[in-house]
Amino acid sequence: MKVQISSERCQGHGRCYDLVPDLFGEDEEGYSRLLGDGTVPPGKEREARLAESNCPERAIEVLEGT
Amino acid sequence: MAADDRFTDDYRGRREDGPVGTRNEIITGPVSDWATDFSHLEPEWSADPYPIQDDLRERCPIARTERFGGGWLPTRYEDVAAIAYDTDRFSSRAIIMSNFRPPRELAPVGGSPPISSDPPFHHDARKLLLPAFTKQAVARQEPSTRAFCHSLIDAFEGQDVVDAAADYAQHIPIRVIADMLGFPPEHGPQFREFVEDLIEGINLPPDDRIARVSRLFDYLLAQVHEHLDDPREDLTTYLINAELYGQKLEPSHVVGTLVLLLIAGIDTTWSAIGASLWHLAKTPADRHRLVAEPGLLPTAAEEFLRAYAPVTMARLVKQDMHWHGADMKADDWILLSFPAANRDPAQFDRAGEVVIDREVNRHAAFGLGIHRCLGSHLARMELRTALEVWLQRIPEFSLDDPPAVTWSPGQIRGPRTLPLRIR
Repeated sequence: MKVQISSERCQGHGRCYDLVPDLFGEDEEGYSRLLGDGTVPPGKEREARLAESNCPERAIEVLEGT
Repeated sequence: MAADDRFTDDYRGRREDGPVGTRNEIITGPVSDWATDFSHLEPEWSADPYPIQDDLRERCPIARTERFGGGWLPTRYEDVAAIAYDTDRFSSRAIIMSNFRPPRELAPVGGSPPISSDPPFHHDARKLLLPAFTKQAVARQEPSTRAFCHSLIDAFEGQDVVDAAADYAQHIPIRVIADMLGFPPEHGPQFREFVEDLIEGINLPPDDRIARVSRLFDYLLAQVHEHLDDPREDLTTYLINAELYGQKLEPSHVVGTLVLLLIAGIDTTWSAIGASLWHLAKTPADRHRLVAEPGLLPTAAEEFLRAYAPVTMARLVKQDMHWHGADMKADDWILLSFPAANRDPAQFDRAGEVVIDREVNRHAAFGLGIHRCLGSHLARMELRTALEVWLQRIPEFSLDDPPAVTWSPGQIRGPRTLPLRIR
């Protein structure tokens, strides 16, 4: 499983890095960035989906089966 | 280095030669039909706007009013979101729905950049402020905020009933923003007056309103002068020195942004803290659960933000158009109700209920799109800290006199009197 962030949609609400700080972080302006290459470690699938489903801007996409 | 003379003469005087805005007749009094005559300044709305919004969403999802010179109130999430995203057709030139429309020439900067700005200027003005308001940056305020919350509760010693709005919630954002701007914390009571003048004094006679707003600008100009004489590590000094397009900011930009930072951070967070305590006071099951499971607090705080979203914004329609079934005219207001969007059953399960362990919560309390609340990380830090300290220190409390609770009128809604029995 992988996650990706649409930098065009992200407005820096920070729900993702609040909820899943080991997958997402903030840049110097508060916009979200991936901490790694977007690969979701085994056991973290639920958290990745949580970040996706709480993003007010729908900027996060979970790519199942990748 | 030449002295900074941007603020030496009264720069406001120079504006009077420029374009003027338009005023409309002030209409107050009971609302005849919320679908055609809505007003967010009438007591029925302040007391409980949710049944009104739910009813409108069913029978007239974009309501109309002839008050304030004409405006619209969308109550469906999808319409609110569409307007928030559509900066081509809806301007932020004015974001407080009132009886005065600033001149069109004020766009794209607006009176209080960046909240009042439209693209492309908006992005550049916002970029100046974003680094000071990241989650990491505002975390530096958390220890002092926590200590301050404790000191407020220490002062309850010996009292059985306290006003959680006036004696707790109110003081927290005032102290935090005063620290960030480098304003004396003892000026807090004045800040409260400024907030009331600007946000709640909408229907006052024009001369009275102008006089009140002038007091705020006089205060801020005096603070700018103090910071020019004695520069410090704070946001005011930062703004005085900040540059955009290779030049220092216009004086109206500096003072307009100070208006935004001072006003927007106070009654909003005050309202969020107060509404959350009000809910917990009247809902023992939720209170007991949060005391037993403090780890649930961040999730619960998001639900309080959804269900009791304090902030409604406004926009102005740019040109005549037919939009989602409404015949909108240029300069019609849009009352952009994030609270109504947050209770749309098409977007949220059990939309009208407060579910403190709601896991999926894509609420819009801090807005959507390019104007996402600049202070959202600060507000969340303050809300969580204020609730955490309160629940640790006062796990048992209840509404002392439910009818005595009062709510603020206008676009920022929260308790202004909240008597709680704490022992």
